[in-house]
Amino acid sequence: MGDVTAPAPLEIEKTESAEEVFAVPEPDVPWVTIVHNDPVNLMSYVTYVFQTYFGYSKDKATKLMMDVHHKGRAVVSSGTREEMERDVQAMHGYGLWATLQQDRK
Amino acid sequence: MPGHFEPLPGGGAAVALDEVEISIIRSLAVQLLELIGPGPAENASADPLAELFAEGPSEPPSDPVLKRLFPDAYSGPGVEAGSPEQAEEQHARSAEFRRFTENDLRAGKRENVLTVIRSLDGLTLGGDGGAVLKLTAAQSEQWLRALNDLRLAIGSRLDVVDEEDTDLLYRLPDEDPRKPMVMAYLWLGGLQETLVETLMP
Repeated sequence: MGDVTAPAPLEIEKTESAEEVFAVPEPDVPWVTIVHNDPVNLMSYVTYVFQTYFGYSKDKATKLMMDVHHKGRAVVSSGTREEMERDVQAMHGYGLWATLQQDRK
Repeated sequence: MPGHFEPLPGGGAAVALDEVEISIIRSLAVQLLELIGPGPAENASADPLAELFAEGPSEPPSDPVLKRLFPDAYSGPGVEAGSPEQAEEQHARSAEFRRFTENDLRAGKRENVLTVIRSLDGLTLGGDGGAVLKLTAAQSEQWLRALNDLRLAIGSRLDVVDEEDTDLLYRLPDEDPRKPMVMAYLWLGGLQETLVETLMP
């Protein structure tokens, strides 16, 4: 769970007229869960949460924790909006400060 | 070892606590429980189904501790709204998320804190006024979350908002009125640190 990679955008050849006929919908932009830095949460605890909830390896969990610590925030998972709401709720259950947003590039 | 959780063979963890330590954790846990609020049982409606489908609040709590325990899901630092419309949308989505999750989150946190209180109340003090608290793996997980929430609550009351604040806490003069709370905060940090070590996969 959580270790979801965004599917590569499908390359569809479109003719000019096709583009005019069909309104191009919002591309399937994935949502991301972001964990924010918090001086109270212990580094070991944050790593533990990333390992146990997301099932990440110790290395990956530690790297994400360090990103949160040094950069102030890190993307910890991506997927549909519903999936990210679930992850954010779980993070709040652990006392981590998490938000979700659409991964606009 | 006092103030240090140690893993138990076969899972779980144990810590030796003295009478004062037990009463400090218990009193902080009770305060947190009161802040999180009573369970549905205390204002239960006649219809259990109504309770099941009851919606939570849509606006964030006003108390800073509760605001930290139940933050907005759609806005935070670095998540700037590009336009008033976008800000409005973030607010609406945070409110909806809160309606459908806050009651469950409060219930989960309440359960964790209750586990802490119950396990302390189940201790029998020895002749030295202390006791060894033994937790199962499942209880350890609840204790871990409750200790974290307790530290978030105290940290919020002590205005710990960045790393420098934590450094300052270590250097508070003894006569500072915040000193006892700071001591408790740091001591709980040590407890949590050693408990998480026993649980590391």
